[in-house]
Amino acid sequence: MKLSNAKILSNTPIAKDVYRMELACDFAGEAKPGQFVQVGLPGYEVRRPISISWAGPDTIRLVYKIMGKGTALMSTFEPGLELSVLGPLGTGFPIVKRDEVVLLGGGVGTPPMLLTAKAYLDAGVKVNVALGFNTKDEVFYASEFEQLGITPIICTMDGSVGVKGTVLDGLKANNIDCPFVLACGPLPMLRAIQNTYTEGYISLESRMGCGFGVCQGCVLVDKNGMPVRVCKNGPVFPIGKVVL
Amino acid sequence: MDLSVSLPGLNLKNPIIPASGTFGYGREFAMIYDLGVLGGFVTKSVTLDARIGNAQPRIGEAPSGMLNAIGLENKGVEFVRLREVPFLEKQNTEVIVSIAGSSVEEYGEVVSHLTGLDCIKAFELNISCPNVAHGGMAIGTDPEAVAMVVRMVKQVADKPVYVKLSPNVTDIVKIAQAAEQAGADGLVLINTLMGLRMDLRTAKPLLGNVTGGLSGPAIKPIALRMVYQVAQNVNIPIIGCGGISNAEDVLEFLYAGASAVEVGTANLIDPWACPKIIDQLPEVLAKYRLNSVQEAIGKALPKKA
Repeated sequence: MKLSNAKILSNTPIAKDVYRMELACDFAGEAKPGQFVQVGLPGYEVRRPISISWAGPDTIRLVYKIMGKGTALMSTFEPGLELSVLGPLGTGFPIVKRDEVVLLGGGVGTPPMLLTAKAYLDAGVKVNVALGFNTKDEVFYASEFEQLGITPIICTMDGSVGVKGTVLDGLKANNIDCPFVLACGPLPMLRAIQNTYTEGYISLESRMGCGFGVCQGCVLVDKNGMPVRVCKNGPVFPIGKVVL
Repeated sequence: MDLSVSLPGLNLKNPIIPASGTFGYGREFAMIYDLGVLGGFVTKSVTLDARIGNAQPRIGEAPSGMLNAIGLENKGVEFVRLREVPFLEKQNTEVIVSIAGSSVEEYGEVVSHLTGLDCIKAFELNISCPNVAHGGMAIGTDPEAVAMVVRMVKQVADKPVYVKLSPNVTDIVKIAQAAEQAGADGLVLINTLMGLRMDLRTAKPLLGNVTGGLSGPAIKPIALRMVYQVAQNVNIPIIGCGGISNAEDVLEFLYAGASAVEVGTANLIDPWACPKIIDQLPEVLAKYRLNSVQEAIGKALPKKA
């Protein structure tokens, strides 16, 4: 964990209310798939936890959605501005030796799956990807996965593009029955995945105070009734471990 | 520059102490800096049995601050005695264990499980948590209950007892005096202020617990006012707490009558907040022509007749 004054290199919209921000960041080389950073915003006390979507040796990419005033402010930042960024935080997705995996991303749960896909490809694993959105305007990252050589199955709830329905509907429509899943997305999606799959990992979201395991703000309960810190024990957990 | 401060049970190499609930048991911070640089630290509050804490969400934002409603989640006193104490024993700093309970009796019982341990230099009674249904702030807002809990703990404690007061009262001086008269060795001012935020999407309170405790720079003037008032009306030392995030803030609290300070929310925003404040402190003291921390303590208080 380091604190970096990270310079914004670019900050551009890529879908409705969704922005891609590239930052020059001195801990970029340490970032693992599924980890996150805590972004400090001028005038706001509490940092914003945002997943790392991509990391180069000196840069990280964050993809975020405007959810409130803080992220709305963030969307106005111009290149050159420095942000206080704490990271990399959390456990991330383990790279498990399998022949084939399926990666599922829902909405702004999609970004961390890109670096995860890259890590699995590098490990010689066949990677299937399905991405779910509400509607056509909100779709992003199809071309980024294509650049890795993966054709993602795009799904929209209203059927305005791709398969109509959820990512699970998308997998069914394409006869993908790989039993090992890695997923990040909204709670209803993760619940459905946890009810369908028994093998793999899911990345959870929670309101956080610190992001490094001390304040107990983000705590959820596992199936044995024991508290788990989303920021420190997660955000990635084995499927079925945490009560959703 | 002499930063040291001597308080009952505590030989502080400097007056900077991370506050309860923002530092765990120190393990996460020990991975990023040597806890030996700190004056001391206060552990997360411990109760007799494990507590699961409040429903999500537990964290909310506030202008210049944050709201929390953790609900005293902890693993219980036996876990602390068996699993945390061996770690605490290795730290070259003064460890203060924060004690909580849902009844007056529970405070005494928790402390009795933690006696005879050299690594614990003092106890801090958290009678001011605004986020639990029983105990906590319910005790800290009633002078008689405060006196009872202090007397109860003083009977069993083998280390000095500090009492962390709630600002959610009409007259904090009365509560402070009740604690002093019951035998408290020192006071800590202040815990969080009870607040609330709404979720516009659901048209309901944001936090799972409905209300939460407001902390951070937003509460600093309130904390300073309370330290200043109480310092003029008690003869036991005060540890100031509330929105401290830099060395200038520390100096304000020392002037107001605090002998040391606790840093809370700042640790969550910048994990290195305390070592940075400790580094800044000599320069800030020198800037205001002070030769020691001791010299600054109570400097702003009216001279006693």
